[in-house]
Amino acid sequence: MTGLPGAILYLILAPLIGGVLAGVDRIITARMQSRVGPPVFQPFYDVLKLLGKRPIVVNNFINFYVTCFLVFVVVSGGIFYSGGDVLLCIFALTVGAIFLVLAAYAPNSPYSNIGAERELLQMMAYEPMLLIAAMGMYVVAGSFHVHDIMRHREALVTYLPLIFLGFLFVLTIKLRKSPFDLSTSHHAHQELVKGLTTEFSGPTLATVEVAHWYENVLLLGFVYLFFAAWSPAIAIVVTLVTYLFEVLIDNIYARLTWKIAIRSSWWAAGVLGAINLLAVYYMFRGHL
Amino acid sequence: MSFLKRSPWIMHYDASSCNGCDIEVLACLTPLYDIERFGIINTGNPKHADILLITGAVNDQNKGIVRNLYEQMADPKVVVAIGVCAGSGGIFRECYNVHRGVDSVIPVDVYIPGCASRPEAIIDGVVKGLGRLEEKAAALKAERKAGKAK
Repeated sequence: MTGLPGAILYLILAPLIGGVLAGVDRIITARMQSRVGPPVFQPFYDVLKLLGKRPIVVNNFINFYVTCFLVFVVVSGGIFYSGGDVLLCIFALTVGAIFLVLAAYAPNSPYSNIGAERELLQMMAYEPMLLIAAMGMYVVAGSFHVHDIMRHREALVTYLPLIFLGFLFVLTIKLRKSPFDLSTSHHAHQELVKGLTTEFSGPTLATVEVAHWYENVLLLGFVYLFFAAWSPAIAIVVTLVTYLFEVLIDNIYARLTWKIAIRSSWWAAGVLGAINLLAVYYMFRGHL
Repeated sequence: MSFLKRSPWIMHYDASSCNGCDIEVLACLTPLYDIERFGIINTGNPKHADILLITGAVNDQNKGIVRNLYEQMADPKVVVAIGVCAGSGGIFRECYNVHRGVDSVIPVDVYIPGCASRPEAIIDGVVKGLGRLEEKAAALKAERKAGKAK
């Protein structure tokens, strides 16, 4: 599944898969808190409702930036699922995140601006590890292209176990899960931490949510890539287990401060990422 | 059909209530009543909310805030007044600084009786509010259609 069909499948299926995953997340979270929880399609009801609300425009730039956020997330996912360059995909994803930050900076609201600043700090936290993961894939597979990485003989995780752990670490930030859901969160509707989306309403908020689903499916694609050499069924199961693990982490941790978030994720990148990268580079160079 | 009924997001504001009704509103969020079953989320942000729950009789200090919150909510929206104070001013009705209920400041759609209102009554009132929300959504849709026809 590479080339244009992959990108088109992603364009159509990603919001469906992402929405169902978000619904499953909410049910599991509710069960962990001994509640029943909403129906599994609740995220779709929410988004469809938001689309039906009367738009309130605080600032004309918000809608433009949020649309750009969605477009760049979809483009980076398209690059990934069409078998394209992992690095290019990560850069496009970063540009998308920057547009979200710009959208949150556009209105003159202190809550929204604090959310934007926290989002920038989070980007500082996860970006090094994402790049190291891409480098690790290059060292093992000899190519930055998803197409070639997929066809590698052995699962990447056997060569990059520490990088995979580091990737899981920053995945928590990217999926907006506790302990690193600083800029906006799915749970803290009452708190300052709803920051980034405070000024978005109706269709704008729906766009952010859909973009988040696209983003989640793209990130789970990265997880899949680590196990791609095994049979697809096993790799998909491992990817889903990873997602459930993130939901578990989300529910058992309290939110940490931004300083700890940056420090710990840079430690993860510097120690887990760098050691694994150097080890693979010197031990297996020429044998892979 | 409208999806408003399946995902009504609420916001709760305490307009000089004695906190009796507020505690009952928060009780609805506990695992015992679990309003998220119905897709209800307590947002705390007027721009995300569909239903405004107000407790207390509204006084001079917060009437501006109540109006501001109401105006920041996107249509279609519904206001639910919880408890006798929010309905009519209750035992504070004759006080010099009290506005005799929420409907003296903003339009109210549903009145929930009780001092304090029980969580079951609050959930029942919110569900009644959903009916009003549907009507308003239909009106908004008709208005949009008319706007396009022009």
